[in-house]
Amino acid sequence: MGTPVISAHDVCKVYRMGTEEVHALSNVSLDIEEGNYVSIMGPSGSGKSTFFNMVGGLDTPSSGHVSVEGYRLADLNSRQLAWFRCHKIGFIFQSFNLIPTMTAVENVSIGRIFSGVSPAEAQKDAARVLERVGLGHRLDHLPGEVSGGQQQRIAIARALVNQPSIILADEPTGNLDLKTGEEIIDLLNEMKQQYNITVITATHDMKMLSASDVVVSIEDGAIKRVAKKGEFEVKVGSIDGETVA
Amino acid sequence: MAVETQLRNGSVPQQKDVSWGIAMAVSWAGLRRRLLRALITMAGVILAISFLSYMLITDSITQALVAVNNDRLNVLLQNTGVDVFGAEGTDQMTLLLIGLSLLTCFVGIVNAMLMSVTERVREIGTLKCLGACDSFIVKSYLIESAVQGLIGALIGMIVGLLVSLVIAIVNYKSFVFTNFPVLPILKALVLSFLTGTLLAVIASIWPAYLAARKQPVDALRIEE
Repeated sequence: MGTPVISAHDVCKVYRMGTEEVHALSNVSLDIEEGNYVSIMGPSGSGKSTFFNMVGGLDTPSSGHVSVEGYRLADLNSRQLAWFRCHKIGFIFQSFNLIPTMTAVENVSIGRIFSGVSPAEAQKDAARVLERVGLGHRLDHLPGEVSGGQQQRIAIARALVNQPSIILADEPTGNLDLKTGEEIIDLLNEMKQQYNITVITATHDMKMLSASDVVVSIEDGAIKRVAKKGEFEVKVGSIDGETVA
Repeated sequence: MAVETQLRNGSVPQQKDVSWGIAMAVSWAGLRRRLLRALITMAGVILAISFLSYMLITDSITQALVAVNNDRLNVLLQNTGVDVFGAEGTDQMTLLLIGLSLLTCFVGIVNAMLMSVTERVREIGTLKCLGACDSFIVKSYLIESAVQGLIGALIGMIVGLLVSLVIAIVNYKSFVFTNFPVLPILKALVLSFLTGTLLAVIASIWPAYLAARKQPVDALRIEE
């Protein structure tokens, strides 16, 4: 602990909407330490997703810089970014984003294949990780044949298969019911501890907070507050009595 | 600043390409599980190529029979509208028809592939988030189209062969067997097969390029 795995320095992002300039992020600076579970909270349109995308190398800042594990993403070419995403980041999406024509094990192994592992080897690794997330009995099922919670478990296995250092989860519980959502959060937390992965979630799900080491609130493109574990108190529907949408 | 000294961008490797074999396996799984869609695209190829091979084979047979110059056969030929004393070769109207059917087939494939790109924007984005290079996306689209073209052309040329043979036998009876133009027919079959496959591959170049240009961030788009 202690070394920042992600460091954002004075990040601004300006979009052009016709003649108007939209400031999605203004002067955001943030260090995220290795092995932390970070929740980024904020209403939609707050710049939460923009920040999130920059960490994953999906978007570049207009000014300032983001570095992840010492890699400054804005300076990488597309093949280097592909390598970075493949080896360093595990993506988890709100709507799971599994490939509907691939079975669970194929969905998980494809990322492993991209990392340069042979298909047979990738298949074995995929089966092992699927077993870890409790889906050993669903290897050859298509995503459409399993429940939402199980689909998200497949997605978590897919995110983990290349042993990334960071998991980026965009509203991972957004499409799940309360109980399943909690199970997914528990699973993420367990994986974080087991593999010492930094987990970053963009969310407005209050359930996420209890699992978080750090909660970052973003509003109108700026960081409003950063609260470490113990500094925020989880109550239903509020942090420190302050209501969060 | 401390961050500056820690930078190690130089050590980031270039992501490697996935081999054609692996891309083939992935595309094949997709085709198998989207069979109905694949069959519809294939149907266009089958129709165009069966028409092409029917025309080419019928032409080879009539030319072979005209060359025999048998009186009884010439009567049969004239009954079916063949000008026994006329110039050889297919007439322009036939060429135009063949060209049009191939063009229709081509446009059909382009349309089907473009639709599948739009349909799979999120899928392409997700694959890129997982580390897919542009080349993988291009490969998988080319293969998908090539497989549909290949199978469609194969079926189409067989259908064309069968139809032209049946019609020729009905018209010219046993003369067809005694003067069967093996080599020209083989040539016609190969030409039809290659045309169909090539057509499908060329038709998918532009859609594949568009697909590869989609960004990983498209994976996060919320739709449906």
